[in-house]
Amino acid sequence: MADAIVAGSALDPARALGPSPTSRFFRRARGHTSIMFGGGVLLVIVLTALFAPLLAPHDPYAQDLFKRLLPPFWMDGSVPEHVLGTDNLGRDYLSRIIYGARVSLLIGVCTAVISGVIGTALGVTAGYFGGRVDIVITFIITTRLSMPIVLVALAIVALVGGSLHAVVLVLGLLLWDRYAVVMRSATQQARSMDYVSAARAIGCPTWRIVLSEIMPNVINNLIIIATFEVAHAILLEASLSFLGLGVQPPAPSWGLMIAEGKEFLLFDPWVIAIPGVALSILVLAVNMLGDGVRDISAPENRS
Amino acid sequence: MLNFALRRFLLAALVALTVSIVAFFLVRVSGDLATSLAGQEASAEDIEEIRKAYGLDRPIIVQYADWLGAAVQGDFGESLFFPDTVWELVSSRLPTTLRLAMSGLIISLLVGIPFGVIAALRPNSWIDRLAMTIAVAGQAIPTFWMGLMLMVLFSLMLGWTPISGDESWRHFILPAVTLGYYSTPPIMRLTRSGMLEVLSADYIRTAYAKGLRPMPVLFKHALRNAVIPVVALASVQFGHMLSGAIVIESVFAMQGIGYLAWESILRNDIAVIQTILLIVCMFYVFLTVLSDLVNAWLDPRIRVS
Repeated sequence: MADAIVAGSALDPARALGPSPTSRFFRRARGHTSIMFGGGVLLVIVLTALFAPLLAPHDPYAQDLFKRLLPPFWMDGSVPEHVLGTDNLGRDYLSRIIYGARVSLLIGVCTAVISGVIGTALGVTAGYFGGRVDIVITFIITTRLSMPIVLVALAIVALVGGSLHAVVLVLGLLLWDRYAVVMRSATQQARSMDYVSAARAIGCPTWRIVLSEIMPNVINNLIIIATFEVAHAILLEASLSFLGLGVQPPAPSWGLMIAEGKEFLLFDPWVIAIPGVALSILVLAVNMLGDGVRDISAPENRS
Repeated sequence: MLNFALRRFLLAALVALTVSIVAFFLVRVSGDLATSLAGQEASAEDIEEIRKAYGLDRPIIVQYADWLGAAVQGDFGESLFFPDTVWELVSSRLPTTLRLAMSGLIISLLVGIPFGVIAALRPNSWIDRLAMTIAVAGQAIPTFWMGLMLMVLFSLMLGWTPISGDESWRHFILPAVTLGYYSTPPIMRLTRSGMLEVLSADYIRTAYAKGLRPMPVLFKHALRNAVIPVVALASVQFGHMLSGAIVIESVFAMQGIGYLAWESILRNDIAVIQTILLIVCMFYVFLTVLSDLVNAWLDPRIRVS
């Protein structure tokens, strides 16, 4: 059951039901627009993060206590020098948002890679060998699913000490469950194919069957899940940083910026609105990309 | 069924035991407890003293056995910060969290099921697409930010709800809506796909063919069957809400176990952290079993395999 739910959130059962050819066409078109939109926005954010030093108008760490909490451009009293205003310490908000993209992307991608390696290894092993190996690994997955991520991550980060590395490592070691569940069932399916039996019959070593027969058939799932897990990790990092146990000040993490802006909620709600919008746009773009990839790579659309 | 239930409970017990081990070791291994208990200015002798006083110099297996033995008897130790025992502390905070999670779940069911049914009746209509768009967009919004924004809008600008705290039911509105919002899409999707499946079943066609009116067919025959897996999903979602509560309670300053966990983590109150971790994990394990049993009861195929 746990399997079904976890897999269900990644592989939507509703989409698997065959609709009419017309709606299938529209769906494919929509898949492409969401790829175009999600991919486009994501590309812009990635480029922004890469070229942050060139794009940021100010040093994101430079404080100017005479210019605290200047409002952004759409409000009265803004100055052209600081388009998105300044924070409580007079740091340029736009520059901090630009550098913040680096933190989010770095954590999202690194976490997805670490958890992807762990989850894929577990899932493929369980799916390929089956039997007792499967029972043991399924048990490990069930155990992992019985532990609330936020609480566990918070407790560990608190003891290890919050930092970018700690967050990546802790999240990477926790977020592998969905990979494992999906890769397990995908491998089980791929394993029963004739060409796998053929490969075994001609005496291929196991590692070779797994790498050259199984992996190419399950890699689609891997990419789709990895995309969603990047988004998941970005949101979790923001939560941890918001609770003060993730990336530490003065680093420009969007979650941390929301936490720092919380006390100015009453008079300057834009302080928390801006990083929140940035986070939502990034996560939305990643999710849409994942949705689009899933849509066009589903077998029903491969006619 | 009994056989299946027994096997399932046995597995759950095994998972619970493993989780308790992992929860214990994670907290113990990831840092030196004595050093963090002693604080930053402690000398090496102080740390050694504390290590002895708390029994941290014993082998970790012995420490675990001790802790588990006491925990089974309801003794979770003393809080380092409060005069109460951990159990008094946690049990006084638990009702707030359960109430919050329950309200969130009710909201997501009240929204998710009707929208799922409508989406299934008119697949790919504007309402289906709208619901899906809201679901996709909503999942991109961080929970805590959503909570803060709702607070800005409804508490600060409109003044409809109290800003923070947990004194009255009105305090629960915004946190419950925030929590419920995130569980709505999965419930909606499952209702939608369940309804789509059931509506194409033969017995629905038969019901129509006998001349029953559409509404009773829809609600008595179709929805009843379609909604049952949703019950199983709801129990899992309830578990997610308990852990989601840690963020939401911190945003709205509600005195539940989530907020307590966060405060305890900041204060290094290890006994409290470990207890809350254990309790939430046990809830998870229990809710998963519950959802499995519901599913198996409904679908005999699961029982046999």
